[in-house]
Amino acid sequence: MGFLKLFSRTGAGVQRLPSGSMTVDREGNVVATTVASGYPPALLHEVAVEVLRLFREARAAQMPLSEFNLHFASLRITAREMRGGAIVFLSPKTESTTSSMN
Amino acid sequence: MEAHHKILLLDDESDVLVMYKEILSQLPSKPEIHTATTGARALALLEAEPFRLLICDLKMPKMDGLQVLSIVRRRFPELRTVVMTAMQDEEFRSRAYALGVDLFWLKPETQQNMQMFLECLESLLGRDVVGGFRGVQSKSLMDIIQMECLSQSSTLLRITHGALVGKIWIAGGELIHAEAEGAAGEMAFRRILEWRSGTFENLPAEPDHERTINKPANALLLEMAQAMDEFASPGAAGSKEVVEQRKTVWKLSVLTREGAEWVVSIPASGAAEGWGMQAGEEAARWVRQAGESCKRLSERLGAGPLSHIEGSSLERRLVLLPWEQKTFLVAWPLSTETQRMLEQTRQLVASWDS
Repeated sequence: MGFLKLFSRTGAGVQRLPSGSMTVDREGNVVATTVASGYPPALLHEVAVEVLRLFREARAAQMPLSEFNLHFASLRITAREMRGGAIVFLSPKTESTTSSMN
Repeated sequence: MEAHHKILLLDDESDVLVMYKEILSQLPSKPEIHTATTGARALALLEAEPFRLLICDLKMPKMDGLQVLSIVRRRFPELRTVVMTAMQDEEFRSRAYALGVDLFWLKPETQQNMQMFLECLESLLGRDVVGGFRGVQSKSLMDIIQMECLSQSSTLLRITHGALVGKIWIAGGELIHAEAEGAAGEMAFRRILEWRSGTFENLPAEPDHERTINKPANALLLEMAQAMDEFASPGAAGSKEVVEQRKTVWKLSVLTREGAEWVVSIPASGAAEGWGMQAGEEAARWVRQAGESCKRLSERLGAGPLSHIEGSSLERRLVLLPWEQKTFLVAWPLSTETQRMLEQTRQLVASWDS
């Protein structure tokens, strides 16, 4: 039974927050990134798609944005529009950085 | 019959669940303990019946503890949450607290640690949210001022309501001065009394401060009480109009004073309210879309709730700020200092919505 228990927690873990930057094209494909290669590419693509959507919808609402910062409780996403695509910076917040960034 | 609180224990190891179920059932309040081995099962149980407390492990397959907590925070904001984990990692501790958990506890290894953990849980089970000004429960600010004046004391009351700070000077039981949100005298006093909750502290008296309020304290308090009663009573349509008119004037003066270009206030449901701009509905639509995008990102990444968004264009800077049941979008001129923009927005919104 003890042997079987070794397998019982396979895959158990906690997803870390992405840290680094990425350049995305207008379709949301990640062109270049400094985020650790172990981070799921599908999640990075999702971030890219949402970022581009925010730029697009702001334009449609007559409020074109060139840059925005999304401040989550434990992550900051900074995005700058770049020729239809964007450059995106992902910065996890720790206790020491939270106060200075807010 | 006395109702017992329910606790939901979530851990992927069933041995741990059995052990903690046994331990927690010994708590003095005799809570009902339910268990789940997966995040999906825990969410289904929370949907099915009301729980008081969720105790959650972090390291789990498929949906980890932070993902569960992120969903729980949105769907069940009243539920108290505790993380109990063996992972001693500062990032996870920060993220758990950022998600609004009440307690982050490393799995107890000693009897003494376990006892402290149980005491914390018991306190979480029993704690209820109490309104009013902290320090004197169930007393309004009006009561507090009345008490200070009746006792003929001299003091400086510093009152905090969210991002707003007001001060009331009392000398020998007389109201002599007040300051709040850039206003002074009676106007500031009235503004402060409109705040419904917050905290206060007594600072050393300044009896020599310049006097700007000459009406007796009782007369002012009576006027305020009457105005509030009239506003609250359903038959007082005329008074409501007057109050609404005062609010409109106040909002426009706040907008001008703070130097913002425009403000859009978007309730969770219903029409948006725009001040200083024409395309309020379009801006409100973007705010709602942005809120949805951020909710998706927050859940997928486990990044915690959205605090705010700052954006800039060639013409202005924008701050999107969720505030209680509403979301505000405030536009600032490009000359606004970005470092102070969030704080200015918080103050404007607090003043706006108070």
